[in-house]
Amino acid sequence: MNGGHYVEISHLDVIYDVTKGVFSPKQLVHAVNDVSFTIEAGETFGLVGESGCGKSSLGRAIVGINKPRSGDIRINGQDVTHLHGRSLHDFRREVQMIFQDPYASLNPRMTIGEILSEPMVIHGLHRSPGAREERVTELLRTVGLKPDHVRRYPHEFSGGQRQRISIARTLAVNPRFIICDEPISALDVSIQAQIINLLKQIQKERNIAYLFIAHDIGMVKHISDRIGVMYLGHLVEVGDSSEVYFHPLHPYTKALLSAIPISDPDVGKSRKRIILEGEIPSPLNPPAGCPFSTRCPLADEACRRMPKMQQFGSHQVACHHVNQSV
Amino acid sequence: MDTTNLLEVSNLSVDFETDQGLVHAVRDISFSLKPGEILGIVGESGSGKSVSMYAIMGLLAANGRIGGGKITFDGDDISRGAFPSEKAYLHHMNHIRGNKMAMVFQDPMTFLNPLQTIERQITEPLLNHTSMTRAQAHERALELMVQVGIPSPEKRIHQYPHQFSGGMRQRIIIAIALANNPKLLIADEPTTALDVTIQAQILELIRDLTRKSGTSTIMITHDLGVVACLCDRILIMYGGKIMEAGTDREIFYSPNHPYTRGLLSCINNPEAEEKELVPIPGSPPDLLKPPMGCPFVDRCEQAMKICKVRMPDITHLSDTHSSSCWCNEVLRRQAVAQTAAEKNREGGRA
Amino acid sequence: MADINKCEAVLGIPASEIPEEWFERLSDEEKDSEFVAMQSKTYFQDTWAQFKKNRLALASLVFLFILILAAIFVPMFSPYTYDGQDLMHRNAGSSWQHPFGTDKFGRDIFVRVMYGARISLSVGFAAALLNLIIGVVYGGVCGYIGGRTDLILMRIVDILYSVPTLLYVILIMLIFGSNIFSVLLAICVSSWVGMARQVRAQVLSLKEQEFAQAAFVLGASRTRILFKHLIINCMGPIIVNTTLMVPEAIFTEAFLAFVGIGISIPMASWGTMANDARSLLMLYPMQMVWPVMAISLTMLSLHFIGDGLSDALDPRKR
Repeated sequence: MNGGHYVEISHLDVIYDVTKGVFSPKQLVHAVNDVSFTIEAGETFGLVGESGCGKSSLGRAIVGINKPRSGDIRINGQDVTHLHGRSLHDFRREVQMIFQDPYASLNPRMTIGEILSEPMVIHGLHRSPGAREERVTELLRTVGLKPDHVRRYPHEFSGGQRQRISIARTLAVNPRFIICDEPISALDVSIQAQIINLLKQIQKERNIAYLFIAHDIGMVKHISDRIGVMYLGHLVEVGDSSEVYFHPLHPYTKALLSAIPISDPDVGKSRKRIILEGEIPSPLNPPAGCPFSTRCPLADEACRRMPKMQQFGSHQVACHHVNQSV
Repeated sequence: MDTTNLLEVSNLSVDFETDQGLVHAVRDISFSLKPGEILGIVGESGSGKSVSMYAIMGLLAANGRIGGGKITFDGDDISRGAFPSEKAYLHHMNHIRGNKMAMVFQDPMTFLNPLQTIERQITEPLLNHTSMTRAQAHERALELMVQVGIPSPEKRIHQYPHQFSGGMRQRIIIAIALANNPKLLIADEPTTALDVTIQAQILELIRDLTRKSGTSTIMITHDLGVVACLCDRILIMYGGKIMEAGTDREIFYSPNHPYTRGLLSCINNPEAEEKELVPIPGSPPDLLKPPMGCPFVDRCEQAMKICKVRMPDITHLSDTHSSSCWCNEVLRRQAVAQTAAEKNREGGRA
Repeated sequence: MADINKCEAVLGIPASEIPEEWFERLSDEEKDSEFVAMQSKTYFQDTWAQFKKNRLALASLVFLFILILAAIFVPMFSPYTYDGQDLMHRNAGSSWQHPFGTDKFGRDIFVRVMYGARISLSVGFAAALLNLIIGVVYGGVCGYIGGRTDLILMRIVDILYSVPTLLYVILIMLIFGSNIFSVLLAICVSSWVGMARQVRAQVLSLKEQEFAQAAFVLGASRTRILFKHLIINCMGPIIVNTTLMVPEAIFTEAFLAFVGIGISIPMASWGTMANDARSLLMLYPMQMVWPVMAISLTMLSLHFIGDGLSDALDPRKR
């Protein structure tokens, strides 16, 4: 390490080509647009935004499922966008990912034992079968499952249990950075808390950094040290989690926060909401200038220009009207 | 029986036949709904919250059947037992559905026909259930679209469902549901598939419409935040049973059932400063072999032996608040013992 | 101590009369909080259980099994051979010596039908196997790699598919002559295309699934992802397709033999036997009926098996 940050993402762009057919005009979706932020070792960085805002594309770009168009991703000082061969294989042990849908993220034709030992097979860890078995048992215990389940198939487990298995699989290679792509949004309320607590406990024991992607800003605030808010491919606000939650500066963050249904009838029913007009613009045809300008109550002439990320106290905000109230 | 209730459900049970055996999805539930009330039914997946509503609407899947119970809607017995044949029952339900009773689904695309214009779909219940002409129905459809907040209705009425966004589709569904001024609107997780800012719009819309038209609404959801912001009264369901029922303030500020308390402690209230989430351990019960006693027993911190073998009776804590938990019997016994002890003490003194 | 297994005593009585001992806390051992469904059947056990429910398919499977056994053993133990002529007993009807009678050279038709079964079934299964291997690998590679490679490979498939099968057959016969290898080649040259298309479509949708992406993130090689994660998850349609390929190949072989292309005399497949019987159809129709019946019954039973399998393997059809 060169004294920098553990994860450093700078000016990242992810563009999808969604052109239909060979002869149609080219159609590009700018899923992630000039996004920069950093994550420290052992820290949780929460990424929130609504569907289609590019938060998942960003996570997928970091692990290499999507290839970024331009920009840098540095993890532990190493540029990971152009890895291949041996160094790519080693990078896989450093960074892992937990997926959203616990029903789709486990291969239905493999037993739990096979699923958990696959990473060891791929990376040649714990070479003897006995050692692997022992490691699988240990992993299952870590995530709170009974070791006698190894011969069972994923469909025999509930959603929460499968998500635990997913977590165990990522831990098999001892990663130092895990991207959690909406790991709890498909789970029941009583199970969500189990998974959140498990993730926190694992982080405490192993000093793993998380990029926690979710649309539920309440949960993100609970688990994260810092939060980034995305809208239409742009990062619009970054800051310490309770700072962003209690003193949002970007008008979109403010609206997002006021839209959360608070589970307290007196507060929830009386609270004044900022109800945003209209819908999120199509990423195929984003507005010029500030992406939020079409729905923003503060939008004016100035918003035709793209706002720069600026430091305001402990926040970074991309807005021309930070000091005005909504 | 209170005749002012719009909907009265007593001892409803629903079973499903599956490959593995009979699934007891809903077991012996009773509740009622007053006109103009918004009732929230909260439960996790598999708690039977949606199934019980589908049973009321006569929309159960082919392998589902109503095991028993009585459903009275608007003074009219609509339980399956009240009809001589399946055909008569379905015919009657078809007449009520989309007319006096309407439903909003989680995924609008399962309900909208992708090959028909919005106009066809909004006017359909009008043409089916009233004597309106096509022109009148068209006028009413435009009116409904304005009411649910779809911009430029004259233009958009001729479009197809895929030309609308998720939030707009949900508005169309609500417009279709409201077409005949239903007395009861059942909304099955209407905002789960939507983004937070769109969810806020739709919840606002449902609240406004209910207040203005006096329609009763049943809101099925897993999100305690949504019920807290919208509902007057709440049922908490678990494992096919109603665990607790009460007004919004009773449920949130003085929950009685350990499950309700567990739910409240494992949702995160970000307003409160850093507090640990307390999850409910374990996972929901297998409804193929529902436990003899309380379905929550294996996850309950206060579980007692009796909980394992016998479902507790309903304890009425107030006119509106009721709960099914053996802990109330324990409290009652303690109270009895205490009064007895006090009496003894007084007796001793005297 | 209250025993939760002896609970009859507390079921019918008012709550206030339940003995105090029942209100003791339940220990953690007495709860089974981490519920996991009963050990369920493996994929193949489950498929078999579903398949067994379909009586027709089960009966077809038994028939096919008997046919295969007969095809192996009848010619081994029969006093007659497929080419043994007995000019004294030409065109005989059914009798104890010749259950299906004899043909115009006095050859035993029963033995010939069983020999024919060897050839027809071998051709059917071999074609299905080739179809399976080529189709799965080709389709899998197209679907998984995608992009330009997929585009080019699939256009090749389209071209192959657009040429009439008979044209291939004639070309192949010209080059390789009329033998069983050419027949096999002729059947396979275009039939794997269907399998390739199906596997490609499946792989295309499966590779977007999160378990495939998880394997990618774990660093699994392409071959590993393709075979261990993707293709194994489209086994259902692959098995059904392969099963239905067998009767198709048998039929094509019979058809080719009937029009005179195929294995050479005196070897007999069902098709050549039907062809031989053609000239005497008006006089001895039974000589035609036996091989045709063998073809029809085998095709029917294979179709029923395929149907049964597709129901058993597709959870949506339950």
